[in-house]
Amino acid sequence: MANFVALLIAGLATGALYALAAVGFTLLWQTSQTINFAQGEFVMLPAFFMLAAMHAGLPFWAAILVGLALSMAILGFAFKRLLVDPMLQHGVLPLAIATMALSTFLKESVKTFYSAEASPFPSIAPDSDIRLLGVAVSWQSIAVLGVGIATVVALQFLLNRTRTGRQMQAAAQNPTVARILGVPVERMILYTFLINGALVALTSLLISPIYLAKFSNGDTLGLAAFIAAIVGGFNQIRGAIVGGLLLGVVDNLSAAYVSTQYRGAIPLCLLIVIILFKPNGLLGRAEERTV
Amino acid sequence: MMARLNYAGLAIAIAFLILAPLEFHRYGLYILSQWAVMTIAAIGLNLTLGYAGQVSLAQGAFVGVGAYCAAILTTHGWPLVGAAALALALCFVIGWLLGYPALRVQHHYLAFVTLAFSTLAFLVFRNESWLTGGTEGIDGVPRPNLLGLSTTPHLRYYYFCLFVLALVTVAMLGLVRSPWGRAFIALRENPLRALSLGVDTRRYILMAFAIGSALGGLAGVLYAPLVGLVEPPAFTLTLSLNLLMMVIVGGSGYFLGPFLGALVAVLLPEWLRGLENYYLIFYALLVMGLLIYSPTGLIGIADRFLTARRARAASAARAALGASIERP
Repeated sequence: MANFVALLIAGLATGALYALAAVGFTLLWQTSQTINFAQGEFVMLPAFFMLAAMHAGLPFWAAILVGLALSMAILGFAFKRLLVDPMLQHGVLPLAIATMALSTFLKESVKTFYSAEASPFPSIAPDSDIRLLGVAVSWQSIAVLGVGIATVVALQFLLNRTRTGRQMQAAAQNPTVARILGVPVERMILYTFLINGALVALTSLLISPIYLAKFSNGDTLGLAAFIAAIVGGFNQIRGAIVGGLLLGVVDNLSAAYVSTQYRGAIPLCLLIVIILFKPNGLLGRAEERTV
Repeated sequence: MMARLNYAGLAIAIAFLILAPLEFHRYGLYILSQWAVMTIAAIGLNLTLGYAGQVSLAQGAFVGVGAYCAAILTTHGWPLVGAAALALALCFVIGWLLGYPALRVQHHYLAFVTLAFSTLAFLVFRNESWLTGGTEGIDGVPRPNLLGLSTTPHLRYYYFCLFVLALVTVAMLGLVRSPWGRAFIALRENPLRALSLGVDTRRYILMAFAIGSALGGLAGVLYAPLVGLVEPPAFTLTLSLNLLMMVIVGGSGYFLGPFLGALVAVLLPEWLRGLENYYLIFYALLVMGLLIYSPTGLIGIADRFLTARRARAASAARAALGASIERP
């Protein structure tokens, strides 16, 4: 039983990381129909911004801020201006393929210009365990869950309670009507890209101490974010969170109780069952179509 | 005039494919054979994606199924043609079974079901070592004897691949021009209208997906004897995404798209090898640049160029006509 609780908590912590990446992924899809296959590499990269800033002599907290700013500028602003804007009007697929090329570019660039080895990354939490309900839980997991929950609450507050957030939702749901009502749709789309830049930097900060900073970190994470977003309904932030947590927990439990050999496939089979019974995802709504 | 130019270009390309390899080294022949194999898989995906408008993320897995079929059966003494027939049938059936539930709900879910299949197929290749040799794979896949001729020399095997590619091309040309092909295009352009015009959309989508998957299997059957070694890492999601890129970069929905796309994906990295560590970085940059410049792919560039020329010619003709009318 204690083992089960420990697995559950570890799964929730992994799931929180998937959820953060999936939320950003969903935001980009909602406002600009961007399927970002480079989301995993987007999470991999900010850790290297922070490491580079620390090499330049900055303290850890300042390096975090530099990483956050660079991530919003490059992975948010520049990504939108240079790649998304020119391709947006030509449909979903060419852009999705271009982000695949972008993921190769980012991965190979880090490998060539920084290091092909895994670099240790400082943690924001102490490296020890705490006993909770008779189970040893690492501070690392608690920090991940805490920061994850805080981020999601802040994001929900921004989207539902502030004027800007409501304008962003309007821009996502119906750009034409939003524009008629005076919502600056273009700027709202830019905001979602900046938010995604901040989210991936946060995820990077949380995940890198666990897996070490390595150029290939994005491979599994990008796929996990994609799957979590689909399971959650693809057009719902709450759905992405539930999808991410579910994926993390199922992944951990199935590896322990079912089969490590087929670990990668079990969450996906779960996904298929969900799709068959709930075609719009766990919390998704049907998308309306025009003829 | 235009049509004659096109035919001339085509004739040159075919002559090149037949004659140039005579001067090639082993490695050049190997790469060119690989191009022919990948083109077959991309033609299949182009039918699914470009003509029927369905995103499949499992074409690489179907290539894997075909390759393992060929490797297992030929090392047990089957002829390659028998393995090819079985692989075609197997991939067609798997495609049908995958597409059936996915298309029952909403048809873009096919992408997610194929993603799952792709992962599952890789794990089966890796874990079921009694059948697939596990992580070591299957080594020493023999090349077939055809009409009493061994295809072990690289040049002969290349011509064999080219011959199969030609067969596939002709068959696909017939399919696209048949009423089926028209139905595929109709349901890509506007599924609802196609449905209201009496096209059984679900059956045609399934058909396009299953035929496309079967061609992936056929490519796999050719792949196994070409490389000689069949192992799991060759058929991960990366291959599926790579094939998807070939179709989009070449020009999805254009008949010649996959040929050009496979050229970019197979040959371009080889040409960039001189850049050593930087070649993948440059390759990714080139692909992004190409897609930003022409989101409809390489064929899109040619199309744009030809339209511009035609428009110029037409306006020149109009001007000449106008001048002749003004002058009494």
